[in-house]
Amino acid sequence: MTSVTAQPGKPAAAKRVPAVPPATRRSGFAGTLRSEFTKLSSVRSTYFTLIAFFVAGLGFAIAATAGNRVNAGHPLFDPTATSLRGAVYLGELIIVVVGALVITSEYGTRMVSTSMTAMPRRGVLYGAKAVVLACVSLAVALVTSFASFFVGQAILASTHGGASITSPNALRAVLLSAAFVTCCALLAFGLGAIIRYTAGAVTTLFGLVFLIPLLAEALPDNWFHDMARWLPGGSALEPIVSTAPVPGETFLFGPYGELAVFAGYAAVAVVIGALLFRRRDA
Amino acid sequence: MIEAKGLAKRYGDKAAVAGLSFTVRPGMVTGFLGPNGAGKTTTMRLILGLDRPTEGSVTVNGKPFSGLYSPMREVGALLDAKAVHGGRSAYNHLLCLAQTNDIPRTRVDEVLSVVGLSEVAGKRSKGFSLGMSQRLGIAATLLGDPEILMFDEPVNGLDPEGILWIRNLMKRLAAEGRTVFVSSHLMSEMENTADHLIVIGRGRLIADCSAAEFIARSAPQAVHARPPRPDALARAVAAAGGRVTITGNATPGGSAELEVHGLDPERIGDAAFAAGVPLHLLAPSRASLEEAFMELTADSVEYQGAAHESRRLAGAGRKA
Repeated sequence: MTSVTAQPGKPAAAKRVPAVPPATRRSGFAGTLRSEFTKLSSVRSTYFTLIAFFVAGLGFAIAATAGNRVNAGHPLFDPTATSLRGAVYLGELIIVVVGALVITSEYGTRMVSTSMTAMPRRGVLYGAKAVVLACVSLAVALVTSFASFFVGQAILASTHGGASITSPNALRAVLLSAAFVTCCALLAFGLGAIIRYTAGAVTTLFGLVFLIPLLAEALPDNWFHDMARWLPGGSALEPIVSTAPVPGETFLFGPYGELAVFAGYAAVAVVIGALLFRRRDA
Repeated sequence: MIEAKGLAKRYGDKAAVAGLSFTVRPGMVTGFLGPNGAGKTTTMRLILGLDRPTEGSVTVNGKPFSGLYSPMREVGALLDAKAVHGGRSAYNHLLCLAQTNDIPRTRVDEVLSVVGLSEVAGKRSKGFSLGMSQRLGIAATLLGDPEILMFDEPVNGLDPEGILWIRNLMKRLAAEGRTVFVSSHLMSEMENTADHLIVIGRGRLIADCSAAEFIARSAPQAVHARPPRPDALARAVAAAGGRVTITGNATPGGSAELEVHGLDPERIGDAAFAAGVPLHLLAPSRASLEEAFMELTADSVEYQGAAHESRRLAGAGRKA
């Protein structure tokens, strides 16, 4: 289609200088990653949500450590967990909005048609979204977790009941907390791809993370103990933020095990979302 | 070059497109014409791979759309001007699209100035008027300087100035040798821009020919005449082998509006001169595209009305 012969009765095609340098490689993942980062970083809701996440995590750490100074030093008091619970329990509520919006905002604004016209290989588009979301969430979650930990421990310092980052398992708890929040964002992303509506995706996620664990607690104890470790929320999060096994909750997996369970839920949602994203009409 | 072969799309038991085959060629504006709900948008979505055809296939430059090497360098498509994230600035909207195809940033500034949006490049597109959104959508189609451009109802809701701008842009793009495929339900719009027409109704192909041929084929040619002595002209025309119908009342001066069929203006003029009949007006009357279209679709409606599933086929189009 580079040369065009003149139609009878029509002026010959004018010679054009290409306005864009020719493609040196097939349009693919690298460019789409940059595109998705531009998309995420060019809307206000991303900043509002991520700042809210940071403020909530840190604010909770300050309040919880300041309020628990009297308990510092008690054998059952875990200063690390006290400073991290905000980043995890409040953080998951907030980060899911970013995770869902990465994909549902495209459907809500019908931008998805435009995106898929620019990058019709849907697997590439979906993958780039997931990677950008995971990286941004992890970065912000790490900043929040570390800030919460250090500020919280600074508040506890004068009681001599605080932890340091070199205390046993403290670094692990900080890192796993951030990893958990990242999994939450990805779970919301996968649900967003399946459901396509922000409200629907976030509501479903809350049902999964809050309602199911709550309902499970209504079960007889031995049933609950059998299934608690497999739940995507509730007490199953305690091992992740703690530095020592949670007393009385020996029915749970360890920190890595519980994170893996949650990552499994996220992976299932992301994979089902990918299959639907590729197959369905846009 | 866009080639559709036996393209069909059903939503549930509704057929939006039913067995369309056509080719869109470079170097001209191809109008894609049909009433609302005829399946124009659906066909364009099938071309772009946004929806999957139930049957048949469509290729762009010989490949399915998803197989293109650098899609934006080959095809620019504007289906829905409001399909942008309103919270994103015009510049960032174009940037994120350009990045997917490794198109340099400088090109974003270029297309913004081509469509006249440079001044609002940093503004969120939420506040854009329909005309501005339309320009932003067109800027996006131009990013990759593509050989093929597709516009779905681009003049809908635009003011006269905007319509003229888009019309000239499409003509210019076609004159540069590009393939321009533009849909409309407004026949008058196509009359002004399209060189070639693909006409569909109820998801089926009605015509695929040049715009001039479309008019010539579907409506008989007539010539308007205004003679001061209508009877004399009627006799002269009849003698030359034509027919006359009276279309306008006689004026006080005695002239009447006549329509002559079966003779071209030259023959009528010669016949009138030979018979010594004066003429005050002699003008070929081109059937408008509108009339031609009505006639053709009326046929298709009649034909389909007889078919069993006409009720289910009716209005099965989908607007994205």
